[in-house]
Amino acid sequence: MAVQDLAQADDKVESVADVATLLERVDALEERVAELEEAPAQGIEDRLSMVVFSGDLDKAIASFIIATGAAAMGLEVSMFFTFWGLSIIKKQKQYEGKNILEKGFAAMLPGNTQGLGLSQMNFFGAGSRIIRKLMNDHDVASLEEMVGMAQEFGVRMVACEMSRELLGISDDELMDGVEHGGVATFVGDAARSKGALFI
Amino acid sequence: MDITFDELLDVKGAKCPMPIVKSRQAIKKIPVGSVLKVVATDRGSVPDFQGWADMAKDIELVEQETLQENGQELYVHYVRRTK
Repeated sequence: MAVQDLAQADDKVESVADVATLLERVDALEERVAELEEAPAQGIEDRLSMVVFSGDLDKAIASFIIATGAAAMGLEVSMFFTFWGLSIIKKQKQYEGKNILEKGFAAMLPGNTQGLGLSQMNFFGAGSRIIRKLMNDHDVASLEEMVGMAQEFGVRMVACEMSRELLGISDDELMDGVEHGGVATFVGDAARSKGALFI
Repeated sequence: MDITFDELLDVKGAKCPMPIVKSRQAIKKIPVGSVLKVVATDRGSVPDFQGWADMAKDIELVEQETLQENGQELYVHYVRRTK
């Protein structure tokens, strides 16, 4: 074989090897792209997080309109109920096994969403009855319906463990499906959210 | 306008956030590629559906139109399920 032919054959072998390395790199890159697509931009998810601090009817309505709307749009939603906001996720009130202060809080705080008052113009509950009537007249979904829908959509509802204990609210008083957590539960969700609200 | 659709959802009278909420529930039940026609009376549903389509990765807003029916404005949205 001529020296020239040998040189050509060598070139071919080299280019085959090149193609093989290139294919390997393409595979590796495709894998990496898939990985990055799974975990977009530094762990930011399609999620919305909310702190519901207030136990007012109007603010509860606002937070559940946002929660159900966002969930319907395809966002994951986390709601963190703390302090007066715990009243929104109560299903009943209980006095058994509570000390005098806890009994006082149980007596003063609403036992469920029906007992929530307006942040303004409440007039000992007349205001919230008027708002509920207006919402009904205008075909706006009630707070209770929206809470049910949020549960249907898989909205994550977390009760603040610290304020729950502080106010002496027992687990049995809270709605079913409510999780318990602390600040890190909220911050953990908020940090990977596209938005976070304090209501 | 004559736009073909596969499923009709009537949310006349429903207020925010119900048009979007009901549409999401309905679109989950139709096959990928199908179009849901939503008829609403809520004026806010027009930008709401645009916002939903901008954000969601599984739907597309095909068309929106405003009609008159018995002196009432009807806001019609055609939404395709893409995923």
